[in-house]
Amino acid sequence: MQPLSPAEIEAVVLIFKVGGLALLVTLPLAIFVAYALVRWRFPGHAILDALIHMPLVLPPVVTGYILLILFGRHGPIGGFLHDYLGITLAFRCTGAALAAGVMSFPLMVRPIRLAIEVVDPKLEQAAGTLGVRRIVTFFIVTLPLAMPGILAAAMMGFAKAMGEFGATITFVSNIPGETRTLSLALYTFTQSPDWDLAALRLAITAAVIASEFVSRRLARRLGGN
Amino acid sequence: MLSVDIEARLGTFNLSAKFDSTAGVTALFGRSGAGKTSLVHMIAGLSRPLRGRIAVDDMVLFDSEKGINLSTRQRRISHVFQEARLFPHLTVRCNLTFSPWADGRTPSMPFEEVVDLLGIGKLLGRRPAKLSGGERQRVAIGRALLSGPRILLMDEPLASLDQARKSEILPYLDHLRREAARSRSSMSPIRWKRSRGWRKRWSSSPTARSRQSAPSAKS
Repeated sequence: MQPLSPAEIEAVVLIFKVGGLALLVTLPLAIFVAYALVRWRFPGHAILDALIHMPLVLPPVVTGYILLILFGRHGPIGGFLHDYLGITLAFRCTGAALAAGVMSFPLMVRPIRLAIEVVDPKLEQAAGTLGVRRIVTFFIVTLPLAMPGILAAAMMGFAKAMGEFGATITFVSNIPGETRTLSLALYTFTQSPDWDLAALRLAITAAVIASEFVSRRLARRLGGN
Repeated sequence: MLSVDIEARLGTFNLSAKFDSTAGVTALFGRSGAGKTSLVHMIAGLSRPLRGRIAVDDMVLFDSEKGINLSTRQRRISHVFQEARLFPHLTVRCNLTFSPWADGRTPSMPFEEVVDLLGIGKLLGRRPAKLSGGERQRVAIGRALLSGPRILLMDEPLASLDQARKSEILPYLDHLRREAARSRSSMSPIRWKRSRGWRKRWSSSPTARSRQSAPSAKS
């Protein structure tokens, strides 16, 4: 089998770029939101909970469209980012990362939330009686104890970001080298009759990447016990 | 000196407690459900009384009239809980040095002295899951001592242990009390709350100068 063509390499590199960026931004946010949902009682608790789960329930294309309205060059948030911070998200790979991040967010919040729920608040209380600040307690007690759930969430989030299609294509379109991630490249290839083989090659590439993740994970599991 | 004069509402149960104590060791007795743990929690700042005043020496920890309510960490009161509450992801050594490490506190007793006093030198490299109940409780006491507390609260530290474990820890507590009496300036007073079974032992102990009044419970 021939080595991957530049276009294919581009698509593979792009999913790591998009997935990595999405994970980098959403993971801390997901940890914060999960912690807030578990430990704090505040007005709008249920609304926040529902809002986070929206991307899971909505068709991805709808999520992409909402992102386009909000974060487009002329959207309320996108316009602000563009005018004041010089950040453009629409039709850029950062936008693809945003779409991937939003789509994977509910999948990440859930395991982290479960992991934090298992951390006994009495331990945090004990840290308080030892004179340790809440924020420090969070980093040295809560976070390490919730780490298995956080790692699982990162894995899920990255996998989801890799496979994200509907919201991405709606929000940032399908631009080679910018937003054409592996899934979008595969879709593009299947659209033209002569590219069957290329599509198949990409599908195999995706399977190889995914199985690499799974095997690493399995190895860690087995190594851990 | 610890002075407590508080009223609290716990569900349908009204708790009022009033006592002053100048002793090195104060023990709090009362039947189960009398509100001992609740009272200890209020002194530690883990829960809030309805009204009243709590002070240690000239420092007011809580005063409902003046609107004072110091946070748990500001009170500098260490707590030994009934169920040890050691941090499971840290070794015994890290548990012991938790407070100095995480908050830069200076322990009032040197690390080695506390380790010797409690006989936990051999456990330092282990995790809490690998400790027996008695060992866990000793480490919890050491951890509390090393946070440089003004007061040490012990909420039935022996309740979850069987007779053999209790007799394993008691000499250490006795030792600790004597140690505290010896160096009163640096670490006193120590207070604990223990189950009734131990009352006789303590009240017959000639050096245990304690004045106490059980929380009066009205419902």
